[in-house]
Amino acid sequence: MRGFGKYAIWVYSAMAFVFLLIPIAYTIAFSFNDSRRTNIIWTGFTFENWFTVCEAQTVCQAFGNSVIIGVVATLLATTLGTMIAIALVRYRFRFRNATTLLIFLPMTTPEVVLGAGLAAQFLQAGVPKGMGTIILAHTLFCLSFVVVTVRARVASLDPALEEAGRDLYGSPTQVFWRITFPMLLPGIVAAALLSFALSFDDFIITNFNRGADVTFPSYVYTAAARGIPAEANVIASAVFFLAIALVLIAQLTAAARRRQLAKAG
Amino acid sequence: MTNNDVPQGGFAEAGADLELVGITKRFPGFTAIEELDLTIPAGSFFALLGPSGCGKTTTLRLIAGLEEPTAGRILIGGKDVTATKAYQRPVNTVFQSYALFPHMTILENVAFGLKRRGIKNADPLAHEALRLVELDHVAGRKPTQLSGGQQQRVALARAVVNRPALLLLDEPLGALDLKLRRQMQVELKDIQSEVGLTFLHVTHDQEEAMTMADTVAVMNKGRIEQMGAPQELYELPHTAFVAKFLGQSNLFSGDVVSSSSTSMVVDAAGTKIEVPLARAQRHSGHVTVGVRPEKVSLHDSEPKAASGRNVIGPGRVTDVSFSGVSTQYEVTVPQHGAITVFVQNTSISSLHRDGDSVWLSWSVDHAFGLADEAEGEPVSRFHADLDTSMIAVQSRKDLEAELEEA
Amino acid sequence: MAFTAFSSSTAAAEPVVRRKSRVALFLLLPGIFYLILFFVTPLISLIITSLQAPDPLIFGQFVNAFNWQNYAIVIETYGEQAVRSAGYAALATFFALLIGFPLAYFIGITLRPYPLLQSLALVLVIAPFFISFLLRTLAWKQIFSTEGPVSGILSSIGILGPGESITGTTFSVVFGLTYNFIPFMTLPIYATLVSLDLRLLEAGNDLYGSPATTFRTVTLPLSAAGVMSGTLLTFIPAAGDYINASREFLGSADTTMIGNVIETNFLVLQNFPAAAALSLLLMGFILVLVAVYVKRSGTEELL
Repeated sequence: MRGFGKYAIWVYSAMAFVFLLIPIAYTIAFSFNDSRRTNIIWTGFTFENWFTVCEAQTVCQAFGNSVIIGVVATLLATTLGTMIAIALVRYRFRFRNATTLLIFLPMTTPEVVLGAGLAAQFLQAGVPKGMGTIILAHTLFCLSFVVVTVRARVASLDPALEEAGRDLYGSPTQVFWRITFPMLLPGIVAAALLSFALSFDDFIITNFNRGADVTFPSYVYTAAARGIPAEANVIASAVFFLAIALVLIAQLTAAARRRQLAKAG
Repeated sequence: MTNNDVPQGGFAEAGADLELVGITKRFPGFTAIEELDLTIPAGSFFALLGPSGCGKTTTLRLIAGLEEPTAGRILIGGKDVTATKAYQRPVNTVFQSYALFPHMTILENVAFGLKRRGIKNADPLAHEALRLVELDHVAGRKPTQLSGGQQQRVALARAVVNRPALLLLDEPLGALDLKLRRQMQVELKDIQSEVGLTFLHVTHDQEEAMTMADTVAVMNKGRIEQMGAPQELYELPHTAFVAKFLGQSNLFSGDVVSSSSTSMVVDAAGTKIEVPLARAQRHSGHVTVGVRPEKVSLHDSEPKAASGRNVIGPGRVTDVSFSGVSTQYEVTVPQHGAITVFVQNTSISSLHRDGDSVWLSWSVDHAFGLADEAEGEPVSRFHADLDTSMIAVQSRKDLEAELEEA
Repeated sequence: MAFTAFSSSTAAAEPVVRRKSRVALFLLLPGIFYLILFFVTPLISLIITSLQAPDPLIFGQFVNAFNWQNYAIVIETYGEQAVRSAGYAALATFFALLIGFPLAYFIGITLRPYPLLQSLALVLVIAPFFISFLLRTLAWKQIFSTEGPVSGILSSIGILGPGESITGTTFSVVFGLTYNFIPFMTLPIYATLVSLDLRLLEAGNDLYGSPATTFRTVTLPLSAAGVMSGTLLTFIPAAGDYINASREFLGSADTTMIGNVIETNFLVLQNFPAAAALSLLLMGFILVLVAVYVKRSGTEELL
């Protein structure tokens, strides 16, 4: 019974992994499909799409827009969110509970509500929709995720470290930049990566606030009806490989460092 | 931002006097320190000893500048530093958790204070400090790659390298195992005599305080109960708290029934106990007197009454615990309760067993009289001191309560 | 990580709390101002819009009013879609838990002796995040399409009748939702299980608990925070999702969810009051659900 249970979870998990990976494999495979107009049926293997990726100009432009939006929204959200996270952990102020609620509410609000709300506001204020409004919207929903991620890091920071900095002749500014900030950096980087990923893949909120500008997901959505060009698969696959490579490098260097540590200790 | 106020340039040649004048520290809801006066002479190794929550860590944090006193003044080398910030004081701390910066190498950690003060040859000085604690070979490593004892020595080097007027040690050996503790106690003492700084050591470990410090102050409930050389404190405790916290004591209470020019006699539940006047804090009325367990002798039968010896008995041995060098007996005497006796194991055969009927005696010269009454259960064993976090939690809760009221 | 957003995080050290309010104000104000400007005022905009009435003069325009009947109308008109959304989201949450919990257990506990394998498995779970959500859903559509391999097999063994297809059904929409939210379910549960002290399980076994009893009485309660956070992270976006249920993806006219209705009313029909009223109802429903959920599970640290 015990042996069987052990065996079962390996099989079950392997099946779950395969399930998770099927559409990814499918998307990547069809980036090599020798398709003409629609990319639905497998017609043969080719590298062609990878070399001519920007010939379908709209795809590349949508991709570029998504990167710009992602970078700007991430910078904004990470800066604002980190500041809030530090304040929430380190200071007690009158409307602290109300503030916490205000920060977490966007996370419990369905995207379609956030999107519609912002769109209604832009409509009433007469703000023309476009890249600007997309960035504002993305910053909003990334902000809460940044606060949560960085807050955990701030909370786990040993206050004695900053005290030691002060004790060793560091002024408040020096203590912040030489001790607090470097210690928070892993959390801040994680929050920034998460923000970028959320922004890059967002469709629903974007769709309400994009006006005539096209991001990569909104391009895919509109193209879905008439068939998506293989170039979209190429871009998605390239992003996937890049992200996976980054994550694997990070994981492996961490593992190597652990091993080195174990040897030293 | 420039750091003009930071102590610049050279090192203190020797430690400086520390003076606390009427220091009071109140946290919302409780008072940690009440009207504390304390002078620590330059170059001494001073230990502040007390149980958790006695205010010793708060005292240390006040001196370091990590807390502000509610009232009173702090003087270092005669200069009032009460209003200055932590980074402006010529004081360095070895933190309980060591607080080594995990993102810096050992060398960067040790050189941190020197660089903040703008000292030119920071790195060579840091190496020198690391050589002092025999860890220069790990200068390039990160703190997590070091063992607990090594981290402790780095924390010490990081503080000592600044040649502070005063070095504060906050339970620095608390996280180490017993063997390493002993080793570090010796090393700390050596380093102190080598660099000649004033050390202020905060601990709840009486043995640590007694072996290392040349002056020990026993602190309780925000006040200093007694201060002096370790041996003096041990042999002649002034209060019941000191008698019980610093080692063990057998205490007896009763009225002074007679006194001569050199001694007084106390009637403790029918037993006459004689105490030299010079060793008693109070000479009349209801008093508490005591004797240390190792000064008490055991007898199989009632010893002959002799002048200069106090005798109690008969009692029954209710517990025997053998610990190698000595044996600890617990003898229950009617009207007096349990009395503890330490006997050196100078012979191989054990003389007394559980249930034996015995008599107790001790030299009058070894008895002492206290200034106060013994109260409640003795406090002798404490867990690691959680002062700092306790205070933080408490002050946070109180602040929150205060803000909610507002 | 943010996936533990809804689970309690215990700080290692009690931070020293300060009350220098000027610094706090400087840190807080920009972000709070942003949230008020782009979260609170939009909500107010939504409330105002939801009460608007059609302009009597210009067709297709709306004027501010207190037309609360909008709510009654949308509830009546879109009640079916609303119930369906809740049902689909609940089903998807259930299936995601069914797949996500064992997976999280496998990575967090079974793979603990193999750190390298463990980190690789974790990468596999988050891998779907790295490839466009829409393309993944489209891939399923194409796998399920009439020309696709699955339909072929099902038709040949007669499960799928002629002219019937897998896409556009309740099955395909719930399938798509489940697939898309498995990582959101798995990661928070993993986060609680990975820090679970294995000695507790040994203690459970030692104290005469069978593996099943130990699981029920030790493992499950200790991973409750992760399960709660995972179910919320799955249910909330699933209830408001309109990609999976849309006609271009895995749905059809029969699988319309509340998200689709809001989108259509807002972006296609330009019936802004109806879209706003529906959005607020959806948000209210989710908030009540979260509040009840939090209260029942007794985790006040959610926020």
